[in-house]
Amino acid sequence: MTSSKSLSSLSVAAWVLAFALLAVFPLLPEPIGGKFHTELLAKVMIMAIFAASLQLLVGYTGLVSLGHAAFFGFGAYAVAMLAPMSEAGNGWLMLAAAVGGAGLLALVIGALVMRTQGIYFIMVTLAFGQLVYFVFHDTKIAGGSDGAYVYFKPALAIGGWQWIDLEQANSFYWFVLGALALTLGVLTLVLRSRFGHALIGIKHNEQRMRAAGYSTLLYKLASFVVAGMLAGLGGFLYAAQYGFVTPEILSWHYSGNALVMIILGGLGSLGGAVAGAFAFVLLSEWFSALTKHWQLLFGSFIIVAVALLPQGLAGLWARLPSSQRKEAA
Amino acid sequence: MDLTTFLIQCLNSVQYGLLLFLVASGLTLIFGIMGVINLAHGSFYMIGAYLAFSLSALLGSLPLALLVGTVLAVAFGYVLEWVFFSYLYDREHLQQVLMTYGLILVFEELRSLLVGDDVHGVAMPDLLAGSIAIGNGMTYPVYRLFVSGVCLLLAIGMYLLISKTRLGMMVRAGATNREMVQSLGINITLLYRVVFAVGVALAVFAGMIAAPVSSVYPGMGGQVLIICFVVVVIGGIGSIKGALVAALLIGFVDTFGKVLWQEGAGALVYVLMAAILLWRPAGLFKAG
Repeated sequence: MTSSKSLSSLSVAAWVLAFALLAVFPLLPEPIGGKFHTELLAKVMIMAIFAASLQLLVGYTGLVSLGHAAFFGFGAYAVAMLAPMSEAGNGWLMLAAAVGGAGLLALVIGALVMRTQGIYFIMVTLAFGQLVYFVFHDTKIAGGSDGAYVYFKPALAIGGWQWIDLEQANSFYWFVLGALALTLGVLTLVLRSRFGHALIGIKHNEQRMRAAGYSTLLYKLASFVVAGMLAGLGGFLYAAQYGFVTPEILSWHYSGNALVMIILGGLGSLGGAVAGAFAFVLLSEWFSALTKHWQLLFGSFIIVAVALLPQGLAGLWARLPSSQRKEAA
Repeated sequence: MDLTTFLIQCLNSVQYGLLLFLVASGLTLIFGIMGVINLAHGSFYMIGAYLAFSLSALLGSLPLALLVGTVLAVAFGYVLEWVFFSYLYDREHLQQVLMTYGLILVFEELRSLLVGDDVHGVAMPDLLAGSIAIGNGMTYPVYRLFVSGVCLLLAIGMYLLISKTRLGMMVRAGATNREMVQSLGINITLLYRVVFAVGVALAVFAGMIAAPVSSVYPGMGGQVLIICFVVVVIGGIGSIKGALVAALLIGFVDTFGKVLWQEGAGALVYVLMAAILLWRPAGLFKAG
């Protein structure tokens, strides 16, 4: 226990340092800071929110969902559907619709998919994700297969005071940073609560939890809804950043990418989700700069990673100190 | 909708359903027997379609292409199981998902590198290119009937193979209790490899035979994969009979959905799946 306690104070220090570095990043001089990198990093952080929300499901509750993009995409589409053509829309309303709508959708889908387990669960989440995809792709709700524009970034005013202007790249960046901090904070609180402990218990042995008197179905459903809401927050930020949504962000490739992120970073760790999102976005940027067929490199990378790194990057990290310790002994 | 149109749509439904069955049966076998979730299964269908396109151009005849393509597919499946899947059985589903997701990306990009991203058509063989009259001045293409017939023959063949032969017995036993089969001295490694190769060959064959009907395009693999998941979920994992019933059901729902309600057809099969899940969470037929 003592070692894990000292580790957790160490990790608090690491988090504070990481967020401090992220916060000053846009102020750094040109070759490091600058508009391009600031926007890229905002994108990374949005993906980190998405990945962290999936981590709650996959890494902590043990529910492998391949349809998580439905909630992310729904959040983004909520912004697009509520955005007026000629002026900035009410950002608070959009945010509430994105997070609340995604949560509601997660409640409905979750109630159905929780009837299944294992391989079934993977396939059924995938299929429901595709259902949402087809609803937006085939009907005229929001531009169909062409997608829809968000012409003005959502306006976040408090009593008429524009406290943060999302049109400004740096302000947007800090807003995303705040959202990421909020997401990780919420997830940390959830995981430290009795509820979170129950989720982890379910991951390890659902039958035992049920025998101990937990209605595991409700716990899993609640986890699904929380994850869906946070993914909706990510979707809100995505739509605000790009000003454009397409059905692509609802597709199962997007869900697959989020899974790749958390596995890359390491399961069952919030830091892993963030690290995985960093690695994913930066790797895909790098690969796509190398060649048009970057997915070939990326796919091969995934295959090799699965074959050689079953524990993800975080596993590599965890293995380092112990191997050094062995050498010292 | 008059009777002739109805008949035509019924024939289309059966043809689509049987085609789905060919792909889904391989998927459900691999699930049921090896416990592996294979996202790359749709890619085999895509590979089949592109094989039909490339081979029929190379060899000058579609039937010859079908034959050569199937042989290639068996060999491909055998090697693929060996290199990429043989160590996945003991891993968690999540790792299987990831590995096969990586394979999809690789297959799609290789396809893009080797054949390009264009949409292609594949000519029907001359013998089957005609159509027959079915009354009211309407005709139905012979090739679609041919597809249905071949798929039906394969379905019957598979039924006989699984329920009447020694190999089928081992496959059924392997699906029920892997350790028991192994301790009876059956080479489970080889059995898995053969089942996997057959599953791959079925999907590739379905892609090849469907190519003249459905044209050949990038992204066709992902589409068929997800519909096949729906088939497997509805039919029950590991059940060949369930896959057949569910595939036909989806064939009808999808085909008639497109005729009667264009906008909602894409979502309709998933609504059907949701309804069946509420009714029977383990699918219509349990494996066994």
